[in-house]
This record gives sequence, structure tokens and C-alpha cells, in this order.
Amino acid sequence: MGSDTMLIDVVAGRTPRMARFTVGLVFVVLSVSTPRPAFAQFDLVGSWAARNTEDISRDSYPVDYVGIPLNTEGRTRALAYNESQLAMIERQCEGWPSFYFVQGPFGLRIWSDSEPVRGTVISYTIGAWEDRAPMTIWMDGRPHPSANAVHTRGGFTTGTWEGNTLVTYTTHMKAGFIRKNGPPSSDQATMTSRFYRHGDLLTVLVVVEDPIYLAEPQIISKSFQLQTAPLLPIGPPCVTAFEGRQPGESVPHFVPEQNPFVDEVTKLFRIPKDAVLGEPETMYPEYRKKIKSTYVAPPPCKGNCGAAPAR
Amino acid sequence: MRALGLAVLTAVWLAPSVFAQRGAPPPAQTPRASAPIDLTGYWVAFVNEDWRYRMITPAKGDYRGVPITKEALQIVNAWDPLADEAAGNQCKSYGAGAIMRVPGRIHITWQDDGTMRLDADAGTQTRLFRFSASSPAPDAAPTWQGQSIARWEGGRGGAPGARRGGSLTVVTTKMRAGYLRKNGVPYSENATVTEYFDVGQQPSGEYLVVTTVVDDPRYLTQPFIVSSHFKKEADGSKWDPTPCSSTW
Repeated sequence: MGSDTMLIDVVAGRTPRMARFTVGLVFVVLSVSTPRPAFAQFDLVGSWAARNTEDISRDSYPVDYVGIPLNTEGRTRALAYNESQLAMIERQCEGWPSFYFVQGPFGLRIWSDSEPVRGTVISYTIGAWEDRAPMTIWMDGRPHPSANAVHTRGGFTTGTWEGNTLVTYTTHMKAGFIRKNGPPSSDQATMTSRFYRHGDLLTVLVVVEDPIYLAEPQIISKSFQLQTAPLLPIGPPCVTAFEGRQPGESVPHFVPEQNPFVDEVTKLFRIPKDAVLGEPETMYPEYRKKIKSTYVAPPPCKGNCGAAPAR
Repeated sequence: MRALGLAVLTAVWLAPSVFAQRGAPPPAQTPRASAPIDLTGYWVAFVNEDWRYRMITPAKGDYRGVPITKEALQIVNAWDPLADEAAGNQCKSYGAGAIMRVPGRIHITWQDDGTMRLDADAGTQTRLFRFSASSPAPDAAPTWQGQSIARWEGGRGGAPGARRGGSLTVVTTKMRAGYLRKNGVPYSENATVTEYFDVGQQPSGEYLVVTTVVDDPRYLTQPFIVSSHFKKEADGSKWDPTPCSSTW
């Protein structure tokens, strides 16, 4: 007897009394043991568009570390970076760590995988986009692997619900860059993300902690908007290819104090050099008061001042 | 036997809610008592996003990232901070549409059981979030901070002792026309500002993120959405009220 047939018979009272009782008990057990979503959890699945009305990665200039609280070691390594390193196969994918999902200009396409019988969510996946690897968020309570386990571009992420907030924790990321223009992140970096949904808005608060290269946690927040048309992500995750430098050749770099781009952003936008270099104090309100007497406003914007108004 | 089975089914199904009710606090009467999250205290802006539009006064005519209309562009290009100062409009970039983006500290308290108060030391501004269903008075004069209606979202239920989450939604209207950015990128007196306040706790500290959505049919072609984050501070020892300024 198929399960549907049996259910119909139970409902219609056509099975023997003992059989109905047994089926009833099974129903009770399944009902109680099936996890029901806690109050106010939301559905993360869908296509979330980036509106990009606030900060995006700012990786257009070789030396622009504004807003990254680097420590001395991180700053030194960043200044040694030469973009010609991208010609080396083993370094081509370093610029797209997991946290690029809130740093970059792209949206999020998120889907879930469910346990086939109960339908509970086993994992969410934030799909890859351009060169960023996909990120799987395990929701089934599995532990993080050993510290010695393999590190990947996407890292290893687990998630839990705190009321109506999804909190995720990522470890096991490969060493790379916290911004594509060279500020480093180590393989000991971790990322805690909080997903808050308000109607069709999804705000993600990301806290990156790195004991090697950051003086204090890096905080990133970004909002996305749900759209009905599916996002069509661009390209596969970073795929390496020969781009001019043979394995074993020297690593392009700048020696200390000789990075030729160190003053570029200061000249263009009048941003003080200590802010350009990611000094942590430059991210607090006191700094604004500190530079008040010395700051000189930049000349009026002449080009690339904003998108042309539509109406 | 059938009755017994039905009884077992009913008892087990209802058990969690019965237990939850037994452990739940008595029904809250005021917005203050029913707050699902605690926003009170001192918070400092961690300014690492849009740094060059917030920590320094950006170049005149630079409106990158703001979806403005042609009419707004005329205001952007005509921005004159000295004229604003002379006209007593030095607080135009400290209004409700921009204040959460201004580098500074905020202090959140309860003015009474139904009104949350948010003070900002930058510009010495005060916002009042009223948890009242009544609409703003139609004849009230617009102000820099406008009139704000607040409500809690989510956060109820769940197991006793569990983190309930929840957030604060604030809708503000009746504002004086102001600037989204220091360099004269405008919002009009018809703008509506919708904000969501969310918190997060982790070993490195407590964080507040405020998602701000500015709708303005006059000066914006689509909603202007930014999220600003803050770190909690232990006390008000760094609280430093400063007056509004158009020139810095």
C-alpha cells in the first residue's frame, strides 16, 4: 500500500483501529521531531540586487587603503604589492576573498538545499560572481573542521538564527587581499556576517577579524534589494591562466619607501596620507576634528562626478 | 483507543507553546518595556565606508553614488557653503536624511516610556522617535530632524533566554530640505526617511547598523540606500557636542 493510499484510508476511517493508532503515533513523532522554523526567521533565498549607492571596493588606485584599519605589518605588505603580480598564476585569484560579496559591486544570488524528507534547510549558498568563489553556509549544525584542514577561497561557513537575524561565521579562508589593490588578509582571518531582512531590503553587517594584518576588526555593511527577475551572475569563480610570468620568476614588488603611487590619492582628492594608508585612528570622529585646521578642500569636480541624471 | 491517540497528539503538539507561555514574561504594556533589543547607550560611528564623502568635505559637484534628478544637479552645482552659513542654514547636512552618516557619536535614551531619544554630538542634534500610531500634525512646521514614528519589528516569542533579535523601524517626514552629503547633494522637504536599527553582539564588541532609505520624488530618481555602522562605547567620556557648520 502506498503512503498516499494509506493516508487516505486513515482519514476515511477504512483501516483497522490498531493500524490507525499506529499511523497516528508515527504522525505525532514526526510532527514533534521535525524542527519548525523559530519565530521570525526569514527566507534568504532569491536574487538580491546591489544598488551601489554607497561605498564599493575602491580598488581603482594602487595605493588607497582608506577605511581599512591596517596594522604596521599589513601596511608594509600592502605597500610592497605590485599589480604585476596578477600575471603570476599562483597569485591571480588573491583579490577576491569571501568578504568581496559585500565589497564588490555585484548582487547576491542565494539558494538553499533542503533535507528531502523534512524540508529543513541544510545550507544556503551565495553564488559565485565574476571572480569570487561561491560561499556555502551550513545550517545543519556541523562543526568547523580542524585548523589544519584545507583552506579555500570561499572558506568554511556555518550559520545559526538569532531571532530574526541569520548569523554566519567563516573560517578556513586562503590568504589573499582584503582589497584588490594589495592590503593583505591572512589565512587566520575570520568573518562574522549578520543578515537582517526588512521587507525587500537585506542588510548585511560583516566583521572581519585578522590577528596578523588588522589592528582592529574591519566592519562592512551593505544593503541589497530583492528583485523578482533572477540575477544572472557573471562568469565562473576565478580561473587562472598564463599571463606572462613563468613559474619561478621573481615576484613583482616595491621595496620599502619606494612605492611610486603612495601620494596619488592625496593629490587627487586631498585625502590625508595617514588616511590613505589605513591608520586606524582615521576612522573615528576625532580624526575629523584633528585635520580641521589643515585640510584644504579639493577643486570642483570636473569629470566622473556621478551618473547623468535620468530626469 | 482513538480518543487516547487524539489526546496524545493534542498534548504533544501544544506542549511547546504551553511551556513557552509558562516561562514568558507578562505582556508588555509600553514600547520601552517591550523592546526586543537594547539600543540605549553611547555609539561611535566607525567611518570606513564613503570616507571621502563623510570625513572630509568632498569636491563641489561630486555626487557619485547618489541617484539625483536634473533639478537636484542644479542645486549640487550651485552649492555655496558660505551662503548657507550666512542664511542660518548651516545645519542642512545634519538633518534626518544625513545625520546617521555624519562622523560622530550618538547617545540613545528613553525620554519616556513611549519616546526614544537619539542625540548626535555632531551638530548637537536631537531626534525623537515616537511609538505612536498617530500621524504627524499636518500644520507642524518642518524641522531639520522632522517627525519620526517608530515601531518594533519581530523579536517576540522563542525559547526563554534565547536571543530574540528584532529591530527598530523609524519613519521620518516633515523635514526641512537638507543635504545628503556635506557638499550640497540635496533632499527636499517632501522626502521620507525610513530607517532600520539592528544590533549584533560578538566577542570584539557590540555593533549597531542603521539602514537608511531616503525617498524623494523631487530630487532622487530612486531610493537612496546606505547602511551606517557604529560600535558601542562603555560611557560618554568621548561625547563632544559641536555646532553645525557648512564650511567644515
